[in-house]
Amino acid sequence: MSEVTASTRYRVSDHAPRTLADFLLRWETILVALLVLTVAVNSILTPYFLDRDNLLDATFNFSEKAMIALGMALLIIVRDIDLSVAAIVALVSLLMGLAAQAGADTGVLLLVALATGSVCGMVNGALVTGLALPSIVVTIGTMSLFRGIAQVSLGDQALTKYPEALLSIGQGYIGANVPYSFVTFLLLALVVAFVLHKTPLGRRIFAIGANPEASKFSGIPVARIRFGLFVVSGFLSGLAAWFLTGRIGSTRPNIAQGWELEAVTMVILGGVSIAGGSGTIPGVMLAVFVLGLTTFGMSLMNVPGIVISVLLGLLLITVLAAPIVARRWLARRR
Amino acid sequence: MSSVSKTMNVESTGPVLSLSGVSKMFPGVRALHEARLTLHKGQTTALIGENGAGKSTLVKILTGIYTPDAGTIEVNGKAATFRSPRDAWAAGIVAIHQETVMFDELSIAENIFMGHAPTAGLGRLDWRLMRDRTRVLLDALESNLDPETPVKRLGVAQKHMVEIARALSHDARVVIMDEPTAALSAHEIEELYAIVERLKKDGRSILFISHKFDEIFRVADRWTCLRDGEHVGEGFIRDTNERQLVSLMVGRSIDQVFPKTDNAPGEVVLEVNDLSHPTEFDGISFSLRKGEILGLYGLVGAGRSEAMQCLFGLTKASRGEVLIDGKAVELTSPAVAVAAGISYVPEDRQVQGAVLPLGVRENMTLASLARYASSGILSTARELNETRRLGERLAVKAANWDQPLNELSGGNQQKVVIGKWLATHPRILILDEPTKGIDIGSKAAVHEFMSELAREGLAIILISSELPEVMGMSDFIMVMREGRILARWDRAKATPEAIVRAASGLAEVAAA
Amino acid sequence: MTYRREILLAVIILAIVVGVGLRAPAFVTPSSLIGVVTDTSLLFMLTLAQMAVLLTRGIDLSVAANLALTGMVVALASRAAPGIPIAAIIVLAVGFGAALGLINAVLIAGLGIPPIVVTLGTLAVYRGMIFVIAHGAWLTSKDMSPAFLAVPKAEFLGLSSLIWIAALVSVAAWVFLNHTSAGRALYAVGGNPVAARYCGIDLARQQLRVYTISGAVAGLCGYLWVSRYGIAYSDIAIGYELTVIAACVIGGVSIAGGVGSVPGALLGALFLGVIVNALPVINVSPFWQMAISGAVILAAVIVNSRSERQTGKLILPEARRKAANAAGGA
Repeated sequence: MSEVTASTRYRVSDHAPRTLADFLLRWETILVALLVLTVAVNSILTPYFLDRDNLLDATFNFSEKAMIALGMALLIIVRDIDLSVAAIVALVSLLMGLAAQAGADTGVLLLVALATGSVCGMVNGALVTGLALPSIVVTIGTMSLFRGIAQVSLGDQALTKYPEALLSIGQGYIGANVPYSFVTFLLLALVVAFVLHKTPLGRRIFAIGANPEASKFSGIPVARIRFGLFVVSGFLSGLAAWFLTGRIGSTRPNIAQGWELEAVTMVILGGVSIAGGSGTIPGVMLAVFVLGLTTFGMSLMNVPGIVISVLLGLLLITVLAAPIVARRWLARRR
Repeated sequence: MSSVSKTMNVESTGPVLSLSGVSKMFPGVRALHEARLTLHKGQTTALIGENGAGKSTLVKILTGIYTPDAGTIEVNGKAATFRSPRDAWAAGIVAIHQETVMFDELSIAENIFMGHAPTAGLGRLDWRLMRDRTRVLLDALESNLDPETPVKRLGVAQKHMVEIARALSHDARVVIMDEPTAALSAHEIEELYAIVERLKKDGRSILFISHKFDEIFRVADRWTCLRDGEHVGEGFIRDTNERQLVSLMVGRSIDQVFPKTDNAPGEVVLEVNDLSHPTEFDGISFSLRKGEILGLYGLVGAGRSEAMQCLFGLTKASRGEVLIDGKAVELTSPAVAVAAGISYVPEDRQVQGAVLPLGVRENMTLASLARYASSGILSTARELNETRRLGERLAVKAANWDQPLNELSGGNQQKVVIGKWLATHPRILILDEPTKGIDIGSKAAVHEFMSELAREGLAIILISSELPEVMGMSDFIMVMREGRILARWDRAKATPEAIVRAASGLAEVAAA
Repeated sequence: MTYRREILLAVIILAIVVGVGLRAPAFVTPSSLIGVVTDTSLLFMLTLAQMAVLLTRGIDLSVAANLALTGMVVALASRAAPGIPIAAIIVLAVGFGAALGLINAVLIAGLGIPPIVVTLGTLAVYRGMIFVIAHGAWLTSKDMSPAFLAVPKAEFLGLSSLIWIAALVSVAAWVFLNHTSAGRALYAVGGNPVAARYCGIDLARQQLRVYTISGAVAGLCGYLWVSRYGIAYSDIAIGYELTVIAACVIGGVSIAGGVGSVPGALLGALFLGVIVNALPVINVSPFWQMAISGAVILAAVIVNSRSERQTGKLILPEARRKAANAAGGA
């Protein structure tokens, strides 16, 4: 019968037609425009901005956070969130400090960092998927717990005895001027982007975020994937802690305080929907650069960090609100 | 017409409610096109039409949830616009919805009065009055439920009672009942009929939406029929018969043709022995051969979906065994079931079947992604090949293969979901209410396709609450009730009466 | 309405108080216990406001930043015009806080941006604005008028004014949430948004109201915080939004909306207040406080989810009978 009716059937094209308007309204396009604007404004305001070495040095300030944001992006795509990432950094840094005191070298410290971070991620993942608890509450709890443990152990002390090699990685460059942390972030972003956008696992991640129930009914191991993403988030937080500890050379209980919200900001500005199911890694990377370069430009002009945060908060809200307002305005004009 | 003026003077007082020229568009779907409807005082009007004919949309317009794109609504001859449910209430129109929409955590009294609670001075809620009035409403319905009980502790029938009490609390002129008996037992249905009669006596108008003709002929005075969003007829119930209504509904003769062909079944593929669950089903045993279609009939909540979901690895059985090709398999997860050759098209298409924001291609390949990857990388070209093959075979109507499913009609969504499962190359396909809520064209296509698949040697289990579908499509039929298989027949031996009797618990038979 | 969960929490708090009292009798003297409640007053109010937001399936992460910014605004006002009457200060605090809340409300209800995103953004903005409007300065009690500082020190019937204000807010919350249609509407939109819509309850209107209320309460607490501790700068109450949410979770408020009671929220806040005050008394480092509250949040959310665990449909008649018997026996 299919032969008979085939002739009467109309053709379905493979892809949606790509219009200029669609391209212009793509989130990534808006972010690229924003990035160009950031660079332009900053280079007009200060002559020191458009300097290759300065720009590369600026990456020190956001590369570690950006690594964490990669894991956060994956979690938010599956409708989860990990607010304990910064606390994981604190706990990891604590254990690194203790291990360093016991004489561990940089390589062992890396293992300690990755293992501790992953274990923290497993705790989150087990509570969220094993006991079916909301991730926002669980990770608020583990945030207090992890940082609390660091606080109990450290009190008002700081751990500062770290091997030279760790410091030179945290503060050092590959070649003449490219920071290790930045290169690591770029490589990680490449891997995450590949997995998310090119593999079956990535497709499954998007499906879970778009409809977890239908995903389960499609044979996707939803709980296992969500658990895995919490572990990834913990692992990346551990790695970030390794770089951060090396960069600042000390561990205090308030290390990386507030980073969880900064990472979430990067992800959301990058176009990942908080409702899950959509977002891209290139978008998150663009948001990382927009936020990082804005911060850098303003710090060049001696704007205090807290004032920069006002502008970043406004940026987040404006970028999210503007398309909605624009769409309504257009609809009303019609 | 002369008989009307003799029995009642309704014609002279004019309709309580009338809609005319009402249209409503959704992206890609014309839900209603110049529909009309009139309701009369003290009478029950049955709104009939196939699933997807626009009945629910009409109800939502009447209750102020949707605003129509065009058309007029008149209440007692005066034009009215309903911008919100409150406007509809103010006009005396209240609906009892198909799926009970309630606040589980809150009490019966509060559920009844949410949005229009009585207040004492200074805007304070008058809880006592609320409870007393709830008591009176429940008494009138001869229910002894406690107004303070949280709704989450009630059963389906009790929730329905609360919904009816809620409608009465508005002192409604028009009560809309959207498939009110779907989840009720025979006894509860009788009680509902009595309530309908009482409402009529009080001078209220009732819009009664149902798929069951015995019910329509029992309670309704008038009928209005919708087909594909358009008004196709109306009249008095006493002047018509079932055959006429059905042909109006479907737009063709009643003798619906099921494209079932008899093919010689092959060897046994699936054998289920004593599959049981602690609370949901017990002692499920059957076997299925290649090319066979097994019809699983029963009322809503009979445990059919639960048993089949267990077979698909979604829940754990407490005992029993499953054999595929004579070999015992442990179905611990859907992934394992898929690998063993079982596919399950779930009943709730919107929630469990389709991933609505994703495109046709992404949905179609979701359950078989590994097939389109080479060295770990998904190949869009391969995905498209499979999507085209299945999409064209199932006659999916879409603008392009990237179109998100939420832009497609229900029937096309269902075709994509079925396609998703065929892409896994199953040997056993379980279809759970596959034609529920889809248009007639898609329905016929799904039936046609089922037969074709059976001819190709697929073993199919069809869960359906539609008797004609079960009888028309199956090689043999099993009836479930309260978690157990009560009866089974070959296609030739089954009669509609016997099936319905078994399903409603009227006959404790178990024919071989 | 049954308060089983609240009673359990009250018993646990009592057990902690008794336990601490056995080791340090000074802790259970009336004045010490009143001190605990006084210390917890602001948390009571903030927890109630946050609960109202959580009921609607929302979240307000900006409360602590709002508190700190409003605190700075009133402190600046007091410095600029020391003669300004205290009533005007309080009106200013509540009004300014409500205005900040209204900004959240408009972005959430008007534009439909998710609450967590909006309040994450305004959290950063409000916090930073403190620095901007004060040019980075710290305002101490020297910059505030005596009248400004007197309110939290005032006592009535032997209890701090803070307790009286918290009690007033609690009663208001009780009346609002249990005895007005607007209050019940919050339970409705959070419990079942679709059903609420069918009942003619508009989600956006509830959001508009609830975020403004949350802001107003944060503003009031901003004044009380600054006047109590005699200091205003950009870091006061930093991270406190999470303490407030923790108190809600411990008090049995569901983050998924529609569930939460005034006594529960108050007990959740009291629990944290007791822990904070008891630790130094029994010579446990205050650094333990954070770890303990983390563990308690996890315990609370696990306990709450256990009690709400759904059973199947109970299709088999014998399973239904068994469940009915079990329910009848309990």
